[in-house]
Amino acid sequence: MHGMTLAGIARALRAREFSSEELVRHLLARIERLDPELNAFITVTGDAALDAARAADAARTDGGGPLAGVPIAHKDIFCTAGVKTSCGSRMLDNFVSPYDATVVERLRDAGTIMLGKTNMDEFAMGSSNETSFYGPVRNPWDLGRVPGGSSGGSAAAVAARLVPAATGTDTGGSIRQPAALAGITGIKPTYGRVSRYGMIAFASSLDQAGVLTQTAEDAALLLTAMSGHDPRDSTSVDAPVPDYAAGLDATLEGLRIGVVEEFMDEGLDPANAAAIEAALRVLEGLGAVVRRVSLPSIGLSVPAYYVVAPAECSSNLSRFDGARFGYRAAQPRDLEDLYKRSRGEGFGAEVKRRIMTGTYVLSAGYYDAYYLKAQRVRQLIAADFRCAFEAVDIIVGPTSPTPAFELGAKVDDPVTMYLNDIYTIGVNLAGLPGLSAPCGFVDGLPVGLQIVGRAFEEGRILNVAHRFQQETDWHARAPGGAFA
Amino acid sequence: MEWETVIGLEIHAQLATQSKIFSGAATAYGAAPNSQACLVDLGYPGVLPVLNVGVVRMAVAFGLATGATIAPRSVFARKNYFYPDLPKGYQISQYELPVVHDGRIELRLDDGSRKTIGITRAHLEEDAGKSLHEDFHGQSGIDLNRAGTPLLEIVSEPDLRSAREAVAYMKAIHQLVRYLGICDGNMQEGSFRCDANISVRPFGRHKFGTRAEIKNLNSFRFVERAILFEVERQIDILESGGSVVQETRLYDPDKDETRPMRSKEEANDYRYFPDPDLLPLEIGHELVDEVRAGLPELPWHKRDRFMDAYGLSEYDAGVLSVGRAVADYFETVAAGLADKKLAANWVMGELAGALNKAGLDISASPIRADALLSLLRRVEDETISGKIAKEVFEAMWAGEGEADAVIEARGLKQITDTGSVEAVVREVIAANPQQLEQYRAGKDKLFGFFVGQVMKATGGKANPALVNELLKKLLAG
Amino acid sequence: MKLSRHEVEAIAHLARLEISAEEVPVYVDNLSRIIDFVQQLERADTEGVTPMAHPLNMTQPLRDDVVTEPDQRALYQQNAQAVESGLYLVPRVIE
Repeated sequence: MHGMTLAGIARALRAREFSSEELVRHLLARIERLDPELNAFITVTGDAALDAARAADAARTDGGGPLAGVPIAHKDIFCTAGVKTSCGSRMLDNFVSPYDATVVERLRDAGTIMLGKTNMDEFAMGSSNETSFYGPVRNPWDLGRVPGGSSGGSAAAVAARLVPAATGTDTGGSIRQPAALAGITGIKPTYGRVSRYGMIAFASSLDQAGVLTQTAEDAALLLTAMSGHDPRDSTSVDAPVPDYAAGLDATLEGLRIGVVEEFMDEGLDPANAAAIEAALRVLEGLGAVVRRVSLPSIGLSVPAYYVVAPAECSSNLSRFDGARFGYRAAQPRDLEDLYKRSRGEGFGAEVKRRIMTGTYVLSAGYYDAYYLKAQRVRQLIAADFRCAFEAVDIIVGPTSPTPAFELGAKVDDPVTMYLNDIYTIGVNLAGLPGLSAPCGFVDGLPVGLQIVGRAFEEGRILNVAHRFQQETDWHARAPGGAFA
Repeated sequence: MEWETVIGLEIHAQLATQSKIFSGAATAYGAAPNSQACLVDLGYPGVLPVLNVGVVRMAVAFGLATGATIAPRSVFARKNYFYPDLPKGYQISQYELPVVHDGRIELRLDDGSRKTIGITRAHLEEDAGKSLHEDFHGQSGIDLNRAGTPLLEIVSEPDLRSAREAVAYMKAIHQLVRYLGICDGNMQEGSFRCDANISVRPFGRHKFGTRAEIKNLNSFRFVERAILFEVERQIDILESGGSVVQETRLYDPDKDETRPMRSKEEANDYRYFPDPDLLPLEIGHELVDEVRAGLPELPWHKRDRFMDAYGLSEYDAGVLSVGRAVADYFETVAAGLADKKLAANWVMGELAGALNKAGLDISASPIRADALLSLLRRVEDETISGKIAKEVFEAMWAGEGEADAVIEARGLKQITDTGSVEAVVREVIAANPQQLEQYRAGKDKLFGFFVGQVMKATGGKANPALVNELLKKLLAG
Repeated sequence: MKLSRHEVEAIAHLARLEISAEEVPVYVDNLSRIIDFVQQLERADTEGVTPMAHPLNMTQPLRDDVVTEPDQRALYQQNAQAVESGLYLVPRVIE
């Protein structure tokens, strides 16, 4: 049961091969047994899940939506009413959200059952899930290695088949990079496609909600249910949501694929490069044509991101002050002490680093040189993509420069960690949709293929990933051993 | 040394919308603490601001009324600082691109002179909550009901040159926002607040002196007093060779002085940047045209029209157009009378006096406009005299009924029948032979005595003109 | 580009973050590395390029002026650390 995809589970439930309750029990037992190795979950909502499963079984007719009674997990960045929502931080360790995020509401309305909240880098800041207050998450492919971040818990849980799918968020690569390191599929839609209401904000102009799944088909099902205009989010786009599953089998004949020359140069590990090349051959075999494109300013995407994202987060995190909710330092001497110690003790080092970076780049005298400059560079990067997309329909390349690295390997120099997002970050700056699909292994560790599309062409990138997954079986591989 | 005072005023007007600028919580004054603070107002994790269209309309109305430019595109910016009444740790305001800019308003001062004051900008922002300092065992209690209430911050050019001008400007803006229906102007409740930027410089000097900011002046009187004190203070410093410190100060009404504000001493770096949760506000022609079509007659147009249409003096026209409720009341009464001055005099006189004494606003007047009109019609058609009308007015005020009912019940109709008045006149003359002889001997002053006696005998109801005419005739012999 | 200790302390104060004396040099080092890294942006030619505040080419939607939020104080104050008479308590604010 736990090896089944979401689509498979939905079919089986409709055919009454097993009940929601049986499935939920099975997965809860797996989580109890295996999660201590991974630390992928912060909260498991077992009782509520069983209640919901029983209700789903009782309500089952032969129809039912495609997601009825299907279990998923939510990254602990999404507010869930009546359930602890920690954002991976001591600052919110005692926080029980009074409301549901729009994403949570919509997926519940579509019939999904929440099994729990997954671990993540604190306030979504990180690329390895090592900054969580609740301890690091381990990669089920190699427990001494990171699963990627910030949606590391969701990635590990899906890779280990503790849950068939999970939500995540992606600001600079936080869905795609862990998907690549954990050998699963992950999609970040176009900025504005999915509501940010109820998704604890990190960098408002970059954050997007998405999903981590075993297949592109599963991602399509979830994305269709999650997407769409939300009047509570001024930045959510009022445009119709297509049925993303409907176009999955479209032909790739004549599809023009761009490979970014700036990415295929030095810096890319040869084994990694080989896996990408092999994937491109598969796509050519399906009728696509590959050519090189250039994104001349892409090399500045990481520095630009590390001005814009910290700037926005330094302001977004000011509300965590120990006054109305969340962590409060013991016996504050005065107001200043309340703020400084609650925030000093409540936030971890990476969060504090980014808040301070953001405060610095916005401060008087530096705003033009850093923040405005970075936003101009952002414009250049977006223009580069637009230009490239006149010549090609999708851009394909590596998701991550390396496969999963060892826990503790990159924690000394923050900048080294930041360079993990070198291929993914530009996509967030330009607001485009991107996904990662598994395309091979290097020394037994998964490698991901990134597929980027034009704005609102999620359907096309899912189609490409789906056709690729019909020709290959990388996505069907799961870590063995204890996780089999 | 001749010193020139330079003043700029920043007025925060709370916009009278039903809901808050960025959330759907209510804005009504006086609710139980934190009962009107929703998740957006509380700065909870994950929530987002959405802009209220009513707020935009009100800002546009103000811009149109002051001949300002309505920015086709304006941007919301975050002003970042930490304070317990600011739940997000930033205030959403407008910085580089405000919604309205480059307007003006003309002041008509007491001495009859006129002066145009520039309005640099008016921008939208959210209000903060309130801190209550009654002791909660050494702590402060925070009420966030007010957090998120929409504010229009109106900034004048430093064109004001005296406390008198500053008060006139503040009153003009106060009148305008109430006329437009965008702000109730209730200073006690904090819906209209004023900060004054004050500096002095030697007459003739072009460069501005260092200014001090006096915050939260919530009455016309306090603005005047604070400015007078502050100007003196600054002149004293400069004349003794010192320099004025640029700082924020508070006015203490009990001591009638300004003093520095402790908590905002350090210069704050607000790190303004465009709010990424909000998109640029675009205001198109349709919205502006809609708002323009819905604008009421502006106070200065109404005042000028009153002067023309009713032949009123500038002063009287100003009094009768001070607020829309008064103006509408007056016009209802004036419309039904040929003698417009009669309406003006009664509204400014008897009615205003009675309202003041009872502490009532005209909208709560026990005598409505149509009722006063009925009364004044009886004066105009000479059913009663002006003097009797005052008695009727008092009776109506006390709730005795409409004008005609009171006149009837109390038998107050003016006596105009020549025959009956003549009879009374003859009786009075006959009853006062001594005075008659003295009058005929040349003591003209006694005419008033006879008038008084006739009025007394008729309970004040005899038509005065008729009495005069008859007395003149009959006294002459 | 190396930040000074004083600058780092000033930033920490603006951001209301307490950092201990031992931590200051670590933050000085880390922040200096980060600022050094982002300094690369200087070499970009951005003459005439508008800053991109948003990937969306959209304008602000407007909502109707109606009250949609009921009083849910009891629910919201469940997470409050210190409340009395409906007010959030914090150390005394001096004005």
